[in-house]
Amino acid sequence: MSAAPLLETRALCRSFGALAAARDIDFQLEAGARHALIGPNGAGKTTFINLLTGVVRPTAGVILMNGRDITGVPEALRVKLGIARTFQINRLFRQLSVLENVYISVAERTGVAPSMLRPAGRRGDVVEESMALLDSLKLTADAARRVSELPYGRQRLVEIAIALGLRPRVLLLDEPAAGVPSAESHIILDAVDRLPREIAVLIIDHDMDLVFRFAQRITVLVSGAVFASGSPREIGANPDVRAVYLGQAARG
Amino acid sequence: MIFGVDVASMLLGGVAAGMVLFIVSVGLSVTMGLMGFVNLAHGGFAMLGGYVIAGVMKHWGVGFVLALIVGFAVTAVASAVLERLLYARLYRAAELDQVLFTIGLVFMMIASVTLLIGPENQPLRLPAMLQGQINLGFVQYRTYSVVLIVIGAAIAGGLWLGFERTLIGAQIRAAVDNRRMAESLGINIARLFTLTFAFGSGMAALGGGLGAEFLGLDPQYALKYLVYFLIVVAVGGLGRVSGVFWAALLIGVLDFALKKYLPQGGTAFIYALTILLLLWRPQGLFGARSA
Amino acid sequence: MTSPPGGWADHAAARALASRHRLRAWEPIPWLLALAFYFAFPKYLGFGTEVLVTILFALSLDLVLGYAGIVTLGHAAFFGAGAYTVGMLAKHGIWNEPITGLILAALVAALVGLGSGMVLLRTQGLTLLMLTLCTMALLEEAANLAHVYTGGFDGLDSLPIAPLLGRFEFNPLYPRTQYLYVLSVLLVCFVFVRTLVYSPFGQSLTGIRENILRMHAVGAPVRRRLVVCYVLSAAIAGIAGGIWAQANAYVNLGTLGLDRAATVLIILVLGGHGRLYGAFVGAIAYMALSHFLSKIYPTAWQLGLGLLLVVIALFAKNGILGIIEAAARGRRAPRAT
Repeated sequence: MSAAPLLETRALCRSFGALAAARDIDFQLEAGARHALIGPNGAGKTTFINLLTGVVRPTAGVILMNGRDITGVPEALRVKLGIARTFQINRLFRQLSVLENVYISVAERTGVAPSMLRPAGRRGDVVEESMALLDSLKLTADAARRVSELPYGRQRLVEIAIALGLRPRVLLLDEPAAGVPSAESHIILDAVDRLPREIAVLIIDHDMDLVFRFAQRITVLVSGAVFASGSPREIGANPDVRAVYLGQAARG
Repeated sequence: MIFGVDVASMLLGGVAAGMVLFIVSVGLSVTMGLMGFVNLAHGGFAMLGGYVIAGVMKHWGVGFVLALIVGFAVTAVASAVLERLLYARLYRAAELDQVLFTIGLVFMMIASVTLLIGPENQPLRLPAMLQGQINLGFVQYRTYSVVLIVIGAAIAGGLWLGFERTLIGAQIRAAVDNRRMAESLGINIARLFTLTFAFGSGMAALGGGLGAEFLGLDPQYALKYLVYFLIVVAVGGLGRVSGVFWAALLIGVLDFALKKYLPQGGTAFIYALTILLLLWRPQGLFGARSA
Repeated sequence: MTSPPGGWADHAAARALASRHRLRAWEPIPWLLALAFYFAFPKYLGFGTEVLVTILFALSLDLVLGYAGIVTLGHAAFFGAGAYTVGMLAKHGIWNEPITGLILAALVAALVGLGSGMVLLRTQGLTLLMLTLCTMALLEEAANLAHVYTGGFDGLDSLPIAPLLGRFEFNPLYPRTQYLYVLSVLLVCFVFVRTLVYSPFGQSLTGIRENILRMHAVGAPVRRRLVVCYVLSAAIAGIAGGIWAQANAYVNLGTLGLDRAATVLIILVLGGHGRLYGAFVGAIAYMALSHFLSKIYPTAWQLGLGLLLVVIALFAKNGILGIIEAAARGRRAPRAT
């Protein structure tokens, strides 16, 4: 069943001066996909996410969503098209409560955000939806707490909650478990497991547990170019990938 | 022929004024580019330095050149102390706090000088050699202005060499470009900041003393010309010695020309021009565009 | 886990959010005090009026600085725009009805805010600061150049403002009408700002201030929000300037000067920015002190003010209200580990 992929790049390139951070990347993401992007440090993974979300413009190549060229679409509008992301280092509203953090993203999506006259707390619809979302991520106990008071692992969950508040069709997770102490990392893995099936998810991570448990497809990026792409078994068995990246901790 | 002489003397005056602007502003540009710190008290160091220079000349009969050196040194040391004790605490602070701190500091500087010395203009007598007029062939002009141009060019050249050829210059340029990278290369950022800040403030003192003949020297100096220094830095681009140089000359010549040909709207013109320039190139005429 | 019957409205977080905007018990107090002042100190009503206008001006600055996070040294541009609108219309016999005059002042200031905001708010940091300074300085120079209309350096005095509502005269010697007039306008504007701050729009401004990259990443039209905020703030600053001109029957270049812009910034920070009542606390504290000290010992006043600013920047970034809040938090949890 080959429909046009939900999100696609063709020959995508991005250079910063002499540094080629992305070279000729061809990439497809299907609806409902569980796709992982791995590669050594400096391989250009975050740059790729920045290209997909519109934070950075490509120097060549195109990005397509449902067959439509979105290469020139600015970041805020790509969110409206259904692309959401989390950041490698938390970008949260640290002095606000967890509920308020998610409220902001839900309010943006539903068009409530620009309204000036009714108090924010009275928009029951937004509050209900935000709380339900927090519930699905098991964050209700923390909903009233200020984000800065939470342990880092749960803050990473809030990061994911904010992205989900946008009801994206494509969710890009940039190292969701980064910086999370191993004692807490299971809550991230749990949450990633339970992401709604309709969303296409692309995860960047170094945690091979997470990657091989989660991914249906894996793409390996090295020095800005696609090094290999395939099912977890294929990648795990690929000797070149093992040599360049997986090392001794190879899993099959 | 007469028109040519007019233009020539206007250019000379403008360039001389621009040199003073450059000498004062270069320190501000480098520290702002290096430390990302909005230092509205920079004019205060120029003012304090000018007072030191005028003071040692008046009370201890020190010669002009020696007084300049003393002014530089005293201001550099004093500013280094302030930097270590106070400024360093605010490097990671919000822009608003930096603005408030430096405004407060300059208020304290102005008030202290007014209380200790008085609000009047401090006269600074130039050595006889530098007074009067000099014949440049095509025009006769104030000796001091010509001297200023020479000094300014020499300082600009020296700074450029210092930045391009010395180790510390390279370290500063690296840290201006990418501080985190510079740190990971083992460069001692804190020490670099202190040295650069001290040097920049010393330069400001030099400018205050050298420019006293034209800009005067009273406690309000610190705030009176602050907008000009900021314009020169913003237009020239943060952390770029050459940028500050050309921006200072541009502003100096413009100011002189406008005083002559458009005495009413001159200042307004400079503000409007700055706005347009910064909108066209927010990083300044010569600044680096962030990736 | 399914959602509880009746929805999530009863959850502590939802209730906290829903009650954020509720009127606290002490909130009517400043207004009652202001009213009491009218009866208790009839000789100081001129000073009182000045304080109230300053509060209004500082409130407008809080909207851009405290809530949107825009650092500006040029906010007097809008104050002056409003003041000169009222002044020129009255002096040249075009229009002198006070209330509609204020509306016009707000409109003109808002237009200036729109024009400058749309271009300036593309920039940030030092460039933005410089641009706000230069815009204000440019307006000041323009007012100076157009001295035929604006009175130049001397300004326009003895403005013939019509009586309020046709009945209440603006008497320069006994500013009773002025005081109550300014108090009413302040109340109306305050209610507007308070509503704005607690609305979803205000929430998004806080988001922009706290983490602008995150706001971009949730699809917020950041620049549009900032411009709207800037325009609203400019309008309120214009009202403050207009009402200042009406109350004093006078307008001059000082309304557009760096002195006024820097002072209102200091006042807001002193009281505590990003907190609605910071403008009140700051204005009263500053003007009370300045009234007594700055005339008698102007240089010592400048020294003390400078020292205060340094101390605030280093140790008390959130001003007086911040100190009170921290003390209240400390007492609530004295043995927090």
